[in-house]
Amino acid sequence: MSAVIRFMRRPFANAVVAIILGFVVAAVILALAGFDPLATFATLFQGALGKPKYITNVIIKATPILLTGVGVAFAFQTGLFNIGAEGQYILGTVVATIVGVTFNFPAPIQVPLVILSGMLGGALLGAFIGFLKARFGIHEVITSIMCNWIMLYLCNFVVGSDAFHKPNSNTALPINVSGYTMVLPEWKVSDEGIAYLVARPWLRDILLKTDFNLGFVIAIAVAILMGVLLSRTKLGYELRAVGLNKDAARFAGIGVERSVVTCMLISGAICGLAGALNITGISPHTITLLSVQEGYGFNGLSVAFIAGCSTVGCIPASFLFSGLIYGGMTVQQMLGVPSEIISIMIGTIVFFTALPAMAPKIADWLERRRLTTKEA
Amino acid sequence: MDNLVLLAGITLMYSTPLVFGALGGVVSERSGVTNIGIEGMMVIGAIAAAATSYFTGNPWLAFLVAGLCGALMALPHAVASISFAADQTVTGVAINLFAPGFALFICRKLFDGAAMSPIVTKLPKIFGDGWMRGTVWTNVNVNVTTVLALLLTAAVWFVLYKTKWGLRVRAVGEHPAAADTLGIDVAKVRYSCVLVSGLFAGFGGASMTIAIISQFTQTAICGQGFIALAAVIFGKWKPFGTYGACLLFGATQALTIILGGGSFPVPATILSMLPYAMTLVVLVLFVGKSVAPKADGVPYIKGSR
Amino acid sequence: MEASAAYAVQMHGITKRFGAYTALDHVDLDVRKQTVHAILGENGAGKTTLMNILYGLYQADEGEVFLNGQKVDIANPTTAINHGIGMVHQHFMLVENFTVTENIILGDEICGTAGILDMRRARAKVLELVEQYGFDVDPDAKIEDISVGMQQRVEILKALFRGAEILILDEPTAVLTPQEIDKLIQIMEDLTAAGKTIIVITHKLKEIMRSAHECSIIRRGVYMGTVDVTQSSEDDLAARMVGRNVNLKVQKTPAHPGEVCLSIRGLSVKDERGIEQVRGLDLDVRSGEIVGIAGIDGNGQQELVDAIMCMAKATKGTIAIKGEQIQNTSPRNVIDHRIGTIPSDRHRWGLVLPMMVLENSALEHHGKETFGEGIMLDYDKLYSFTAELIQKFDIRPAGCERERMSGLSGGNQQKTIIARQVAHVPDVLIAFQPTRGLDVGAIEFVHKTLVAERDRGAAILLVSFELDEVMDVSDTIAVIYHGQIVDTFEQGTVDEEQLGLLMAGGGAQ
Repeated sequence: MSAVIRFMRRPFANAVVAIILGFVVAAVILALAGFDPLATFATLFQGALGKPKYITNVIIKATPILLTGVGVAFAFQTGLFNIGAEGQYILGTVVATIVGVTFNFPAPIQVPLVILSGMLGGALLGAFIGFLKARFGIHEVITSIMCNWIMLYLCNFVVGSDAFHKPNSNTALPINVSGYTMVLPEWKVSDEGIAYLVARPWLRDILLKTDFNLGFVIAIAVAILMGVLLSRTKLGYELRAVGLNKDAARFAGIGVERSVVTCMLISGAICGLAGALNITGISPHTITLLSVQEGYGFNGLSVAFIAGCSTVGCIPASFLFSGLIYGGMTVQQMLGVPSEIISIMIGTIVFFTALPAMAPKIADWLERRRLTTKEA
Repeated sequence: MDNLVLLAGITLMYSTPLVFGALGGVVSERSGVTNIGIEGMMVIGAIAAAATSYFTGNPWLAFLVAGLCGALMALPHAVASISFAADQTVTGVAINLFAPGFALFICRKLFDGAAMSPIVTKLPKIFGDGWMRGTVWTNVNVNVTTVLALLLTAAVWFVLYKTKWGLRVRAVGEHPAAADTLGIDVAKVRYSCVLVSGLFAGFGGASMTIAIISQFTQTAICGQGFIALAAVIFGKWKPFGTYGACLLFGATQALTIILGGGSFPVPATILSMLPYAMTLVVLVLFVGKSVAPKADGVPYIKGSR
Repeated sequence: MEASAAYAVQMHGITKRFGAYTALDHVDLDVRKQTVHAILGENGAGKTTLMNILYGLYQADEGEVFLNGQKVDIANPTTAINHGIGMVHQHFMLVENFTVTENIILGDEICGTAGILDMRRARAKVLELVEQYGFDVDPDAKIEDISVGMQQRVEILKALFRGAEILILDEPTAVLTPQEIDKLIQIMEDLTAAGKTIIVITHKLKEIMRSAHECSIIRRGVYMGTVDVTQSSEDDLAARMVGRNVNLKVQKTPAHPGEVCLSIRGLSVKDERGIEQVRGLDLDVRSGEIVGIAGIDGNGQQELVDAIMCMAKATKGTIAIKGEQIQNTSPRNVIDHRIGTIPSDRHRWGLVLPMMVLENSALEHHGKETFGEGIMLDYDKLYSFTAELIQKFDIRPAGCERERMSGLSGGNQQKTIIARQVAHVPDVLIAFQPTRGLDVGAIEFVHKTLVAERDRGAAILLVSFELDEVMDVSDTIAVIYHGQIVDTFEQGTVDEEQLGLLMAGGGAQ
């Protein structure tokens, strides 16, 4: 019992409690809907971690939500709620696609060009939202949501445009091959590579059956870099000061408006990077007609909150969510449980992370109970 | 002339869900609780209305059930933001993550895995269904919900400004400590307001699925809740101001439809951006002059000022 | 003491704990009917906590409350109101965009059928009260448009409207001019004559001597006894309050002013609502002198300081530091011109409370190379810098470098701000309400530091709403009224009455 109480007082205990409650709520809903919760969860884990290929796919799918999560967490630490991560992600994919299709340089130029242009797209959109906040005082949540929808239709516009539409499909043209960032894309389909991989089935699974790419390395690097930026540089100090008390920051000679724009620019760039890496790293290497929001931005929000808005904490959190989402697809295929159960779970988890000091309160309650039972 | 009648008709039609959602926002924010979860509560209302109408064939009952389900969805937001002093934006977002998933989950469960409901019985139009069919005037035969929305706006105005409950709601939203020292139960007032805001948002969802279209789809509610919140700001947290703002946003949506239907040389995707872009422009032009309730979004903790 | 009907209020053995901290430790209070009873104590001594318990805002952990000899249990403000207790809080509990009438009836509305407000009847009832007590209040005015003194009368009306027989006034004179204080004391006399009992929370000795019959003293949550005011003296009360003999006078030598450091000419500044608050103000501060601005809150002090700091736009006029104009540049530029400011609201302007003490001690100067090369911020250097300040200025608790700023007491927070300013050797030091909310020991420290900085050669501008502070600390006293300096005096050449008259606009042409 005392071990539980001690654990509940740890900083990350709140996240753990929220995750447990997410599973509990999902279990109740599943049971009420006539599904077997335990079987569902078992299938969920099997679907996420059952094979090297699944694990690889979880990593691949974690990449964009890790980055959008870092973007959101970074902004949140500086007092901004970047719910526009979704739109910045979409713009990142759109710009990366346009640039990747239009230009065809050798890989050492093409890859950075495509990635940086995607980042630039996200950065400009983020800065625009920051500017509206700084200059006109409009809450970033409302402007972000509007921008998300505008970006969705912009994406569809580009997909449908004469210059970029891929005939007889609902996608745009794929980017030129020199912009791909998969691991060993040519070797793995060469005779030599195939011969090598046939002897090693687990590696064959990872390399041939998935789009295993470099994105995750970049994403982890960005998460760490942003952690350092926030906690060890003068810029990070200023941004945090603005986030925690903008009046005192202004009084101390920090340009509050500039900080807001800078912060949203960086946050947007990270979200744009997420989009660009999905274009360079994952087939079909292009944008698709969207009917609803893709959810990368919103999942990024969830990742950031479960991580307590620590950019480094986003790394495990993104694994968790990616696992849930990827495993959720298996749940639908195998058991016919609607995969929306995952959205329900994520919503619940985020809800409970918003309750401050939930875990410490549980600890207090347990301790009081222990004391009263002792007395009795 | 014909086009104007058409525009008026479609404007009224599309502004109706916004009005319900926005009135919900007004009530909640006037009491000092921001409610970003309006969108999610509207989605819940949308599925509840469609499902109830499908199984009972009674759209009026469906409308009521939608409101109650919206209020039910508002309950966790109220508990978190009032009793636990949670970050209201985050819990609102959580509701918006939860609700669409939950609605679709229920939809698939009820309708054999389909992501949309079958066609259901709709609420009547004000002049009955066949009125002036074939002429442009049939567009003026608006849904009964459109009239309800206007009546509700008047009712909210009356309660807020002419009754003791309204006085208390406004006081709690401006200066909760002052209300507390006069023996007003701040938490109770805020709970009521958040639940009422869920009720209204639920009505808003219903007015989409059982009045405008006649089924639940995944995209029935796609951003209306947020446009409604923008309307609250633009309308300066006042019922009739907000109603006017909703009409304006409805009109942009109507324009999108009218222009999209004609031989207008603009791609549909660009036209679809119009309501959202318009919202941004309106906010940029007018938001600086509006003042939110002072305690909006600030949890009230007894003993603090 | 036994419970008796001769007493309006008796509180016996009241104990209140907040977590591990004991705010009140078995405190007693006996208030005779129809008297003015003062509760005296330093900031944080527990006076307000005691009254919040009487008013039902807090629950005591131990102790009993009697009203007119009857034991009562006051669970919430509603019960208190029903028992005829009314409270006027130090920070007024008024809804700014409501009218006077709306504020008065709130929670006790006069309604027709079905909860519909009957504003005509409400207004008539408010007017009746206004006339009965001779208050000068317009029932239809909005709170945000009326003076502070009038707002206070609205608060008193709120209590009377609910039939209050016992009135608690929390620091009622903090925001008033000497003339308004006279008026309040008159109101208090009228109310006791009409049968009411009044409890006044204050730390101002002079006003107790003038208005109260009895005075109970609380020191750090402990009851120090009750004295008959007529049998006591200011020094006696002060000693009981602080627990030692305090020197109420500031020790300093005559000033030796040098060149003009801060020079303001024809300055006009508008507030957020676009109303001109500073109107063509002229002011000079020389190095080696303390210029104190005396005035009532709301006469342009905030806007003046904001304009100097470039937090507000100067619509007209100039502000010059050693001959160089700085108006309408940026706070960064002002700081770089070696101006240090102690802001009026330290939590809002001076500190980032959730950050560590060492991060706060670098604020304003965090960009300097001494705190890290290039873009990096060197936390080791921050630490040693802060450790030095903590030692030099006796900031407590010792070793708090990595604690959160919010964990320090108000006095130590203020010390941190002052230490930070002094460490960068400012040419001009602006102190705006530098002792707000501090206890006597911390006030002494602040005043000593201001004098020491003056002697070092800094030009010091002291802006305070506490007239005593301005009169004690300043070498030159400038009176601000309606956004202008209406007169200036050398220290010791003017008395309180004269200043009060000027502060209230009496001397303006």
